[in-house]
Amino acid sequence: MSKRRILLVSLLVIALVAGMAAMGQAAPKSGGTLVFGRQGDAVSLDPANVTDGESLRVTRQVYDALLDYSEKDTSLRPALATSWENSADGKTWTFKLRKNVKFHDGTPFNAEAVKFNFDRWRDKNNPYHQGEFEYWVGMFGGFPGVVKSVDVVDEYTVQFTLERPVAPFLANLAMSPFAIASPAAIKKYGQEYGNHPVGTGPFKFVKWDRGDKIVLEANKEYWDGKPYLEKLIFRTIPENSARLMELQSGSIDLIDGVNPDDVALAKADKNLQVYLRPSFNVGYLAMNMDKKPFDNPKVRQAVAMAINKAGIVKAFYAGLAEPAKNPMPPSLWGYNAKVKDWAYDPAKAKKLLAEAGFPNGFETTLWAMPVARPYMPQPQKIAEAIQSDLAKIGIKAAITSYDWGMYLDKTSNGEHDMALLGWTGDNGDPDNFLYVLLDKDNAVKPNANNISFYRNEQVHKLLIEAQTISDVKKRTALYEKAQEIIHNDAPMVTLVHSTPPLAGRKYVKGFIPHPTQSESFATVWLDK
Amino acid sequence: MGRYLAKRLLLAIPILFGVSVIVFLFLRLIPGDPAQVMLGEKATPQALAEIRQEMGLDKPLYVQYSRYMVKLLQGDLGRSITSHTRVTEELGARFPATVELTIAAMIVALLIGIPAGIISATRQYSFFDNASMFVALLGVSMPVFWLGLMLLWFFSFYLGWFPMSARLDVSFDIPTITNLYVVDSILAGNWAALANSLWHLVLPAVALGTIPMATFARMTRSSMLEVLRQDYVRTARSKGLAERLVIAKHSLKNALIPVVTVIGLEFGLLLNGAVMTETIFAWPGIGKLAFDAIMQRDFPLLQGILLLVAAAFVLINLAVDMIYAYLDPRIHYE
Repeated sequence: MSKRRILLVSLLVIALVAGMAAMGQAAPKSGGTLVFGRQGDAVSLDPANVTDGESLRVTRQVYDALLDYSEKDTSLRPALATSWENSADGKTWTFKLRKNVKFHDGTPFNAEAVKFNFDRWRDKNNPYHQGEFEYWVGMFGGFPGVVKSVDVVDEYTVQFTLERPVAPFLANLAMSPFAIASPAAIKKYGQEYGNHPVGTGPFKFVKWDRGDKIVLEANKEYWDGKPYLEKLIFRTIPENSARLMELQSGSIDLIDGVNPDDVALAKADKNLQVYLRPSFNVGYLAMNMDKKPFDNPKVRQAVAMAINKAGIVKAFYAGLAEPAKNPMPPSLWGYNAKVKDWAYDPAKAKKLLAEAGFPNGFETTLWAMPVARPYMPQPQKIAEAIQSDLAKIGIKAAITSYDWGMYLDKTSNGEHDMALLGWTGDNGDPDNFLYVLLDKDNAVKPNANNISFYRNEQVHKLLIEAQTISDVKKRTALYEKAQEIIHNDAPMVTLVHSTPPLAGRKYVKGFIPHPTQSESFATVWLDK
Repeated sequence: MGRYLAKRLLLAIPILFGVSVIVFLFLRLIPGDPAQVMLGEKATPQALAEIRQEMGLDKPLYVQYSRYMVKLLQGDLGRSITSHTRVTEELGARFPATVELTIAAMIVALLIGIPAGIISATRQYSFFDNASMFVALLGVSMPVFWLGLMLLWFFSFYLGWFPMSARLDVSFDIPTITNLYVVDSILAGNWAALANSLWHLVLPAVALGTIPMATFARMTRSSMLEVLRQDYVRTARSKGLAERLVIAKHSLKNALIPVVTVIGLEFGLLLNGAVMTETIFAWPGIGKLAFDAIMQRDFPLLQGILLLVAAAFVLINLAVDMIYAYLDPRIHYE
C-alpha cells in the first residue's frame, strides 16, 4: 500500500470508530439511587466549619458558592454569581448575583444572604459566629482578615472591600467551605446548624444516621437543571478491602479509597471501572539551604539526580502517582509543562558532588514524617529508599523522626538538614503552592512553610507581581518563569503528585473526579 | 439487699468523679493539640492561636476543668469540638449500636461456649474435648481483624448469605426510639425490618463473640473439672443421683462462679467498643467513634465516651456481685 493509501484507510477506520463511539454514547437517563462508599463519615454539614474532605464532599452537593471550579480542573466559572468586576486599585470586587434562586427551605437567595454568610464567618462578634471557621482563617487571614466589608448594593449586587488586592480572591470564593447557606436556617438551628444543612445546591438534605449514612434527594428546582439521580446516599464503610468487596457484590455503586494494591483486582472485574483522581498535591524532599553543604547548588542538583522517583512511584504508590518535576501539580493552571526534570543518573550526580568538593560524599540527616499523608502514604519507607539512593553517591543520611506536631514545629524552625514534607492545594491557585512553599516571605523562622529556606529575589519579584494582577494569562507567564528558575536552583527535590484511585460499577456515567475531591454529582446518571 | 444496692450505686458517684479527673488530665498530656491536628501543614501560629481560642483551649487547665465540671453536674457533657454536636447526642446515636452488637456477641459466646465447656469437662480427654479445646485455643489466638475479613469474604462475598455491612438495608426506614434497631423494629411492628436487622447482626456478632466464646469454654471446663472432684459431688453420686442431676444441680452452679466474673469482664470489654469489628463491618458504634475522637484529639467527646464506658463497667460489676449472691448463698451483703 502506498503511504497515501495507508493514511486514507487509517482515517476511514478512525471515522468509523468515532462514529460507533458516538452511537454508543446514550443520552443521560434520569432516576435511580446512587450509593457512594467512603472511609469516614462527615464531621459536620456546615461547610464553613469543617476542613475534612468527607464533610465537604457532601456539602458540595447541598450548597453552591459564588463561583465554581470547572468540571475537570480549578479554572473558574460562574455559579451563584453570574459576573464580577474588580476596581482599578484591585481592592473592590462587585458581583452580580443569579436571580430567582431559592434555598431548599424556600427562602430567596440574594445579596442580603451573601452578606449574612460572610459576616457570620469574618466577624467574631456576629451572633451566628459559632465554631472555628478554620478555612476562613487560612484563606482570608483571621477575623475579619483581609475582607474589610461586604455591602449590599441592591437585591442582586454585592460589593466586597478588601484591605489590599488579593489575586487568588476569586479562587478562594470557589472553595466548598465558602458556600452560601440559608440565613433563615442558620438563625433557626444555631449551634445545631451542622446537622440541618440548607443550601441552594443540586441535592437536598434528607437525613443523617451518624457513622452510617447521609441521604440526599434531588432538588427538582435546581437553577442549573434538575440532577439525574433521584437519591444520593453517602455510606461510611471504614475498611478499604471490605468496601471494595461490597462494590463488587453490587450493593453500592461507587467508592473512594481503593488500596493501591487492589487496583489490579478492580480493573480485572468486568463490572467495574477505575478512575484516577487528578493530583492536587506535591510530596517533596526539602534541603535546608541555611545549612552546609546544601547552600551549594551543585550539591542540591546532585541529590536531585541521585533519587529514583520512578522507582518510588512504583514501589510505594503501586504506580498510582506521577513523578513530580514542579512544586505544583499539573491539574493547576500555570503549571510549566516545558520544564525538563533532572534525569535519574547516579554517575553524573557523583561527578557533580565531586565538583562541589565532596568526592567522598558527606554525612547528614534525613527527616521523615511519622504519619501517612495524602501525598505520601509511607513516609518512613520512602525515606529508606531515598537513603539507599543517596548512599550510592556517598551521602550517608541518618533517618530522623518526631511526633507530627513536633515535626512541623522543628522543620518550620529550620532544625533539619533534609526533610520530607508536602502540600495539598486549597483554592487551586498556583500562588497557593509556589508562594507558600518557596517564597522568601515564607522562609522566616520559626514559622516557615518554605522549609528549604530558599530566598531568591527574582522568584520573589515574580510571585509578588503575580499576586497583584488578576489577568490569568499574564499570571501564567509569571508562574511559568518562576518554576523554571526554581527547577534550576533545586531547593527541593519534588518527588510525587499522588493520584488516588476510585472505582465504580460500569453503569455509573458522568462521574468526573475533581482534584479538590469535591466533585458535583449533578452530572452523574445510571445506565441500567 | 435493697440498701446494699443503693449503697453500691452511691459509691459509683465518687468513682465516676475520679474517672472524670483522670480522663480530663490524661487526655491533655497526649502530645498534639486538636488545633494542630486539624490544621496539619497549614498550621500558622496565627491560625493556631485563633482556633485554640475558639475552642477554649487557651484558658488554663483548672479553668477548663471547672467549666467542664459545672456543666457535667448539670448533665451536660459539652459539645464535640470537631462536629459541634452535643456529646450526649453523639453517644445516643452510637452507643446503642455497640450495645446491640455486644449483646448479640455475648449470646453467641454463651450459647456455644458454656455448653462446650461443660461437655468437655464431663468427657475429659474424649474426642469432643480435644476438638473443642483445640478450636477454643484457635479462637482466643485468632486476630479479630483477620477473622472478620474472612467471614465477610466467605459468607457475604463468596456465598452471598449475609449482608456485607451496616445495621439495616438502606431501603428500610424505621423510627428511631431506642436506637437499638432490633427493639425499634419490634416497637414499630415492622417484622421485615426486624428480620433484616437480625440478619445484619449475625456475622459481626460471630466475629466479636469468638474470643469470649473460647474463653468461656476454657474457663467452664477447668472450673467444672475442679468442682467434679469435690467431696459433695462424690456424695451426690454415691446417693445414686442421676448424672444429669449431679451436673446440673450440684456442680454447675458452683462451677459458674468464676465464669460469671469473666463474663462480666468480657461484657465490659466488648462495650468499650470493638474497634476492629466495627471497622470491618461498618458498624456505626462507639469503638469507631472513640478511635476517630482520639485521632482528632476531640477532648469533650472522648471524655463523654470514657465516662459512659466507666459507668457501664460499674453497673456490670454490680450485676456480677448480685449474681454471685444468687449462685453462692454463703456470700452475704452487709
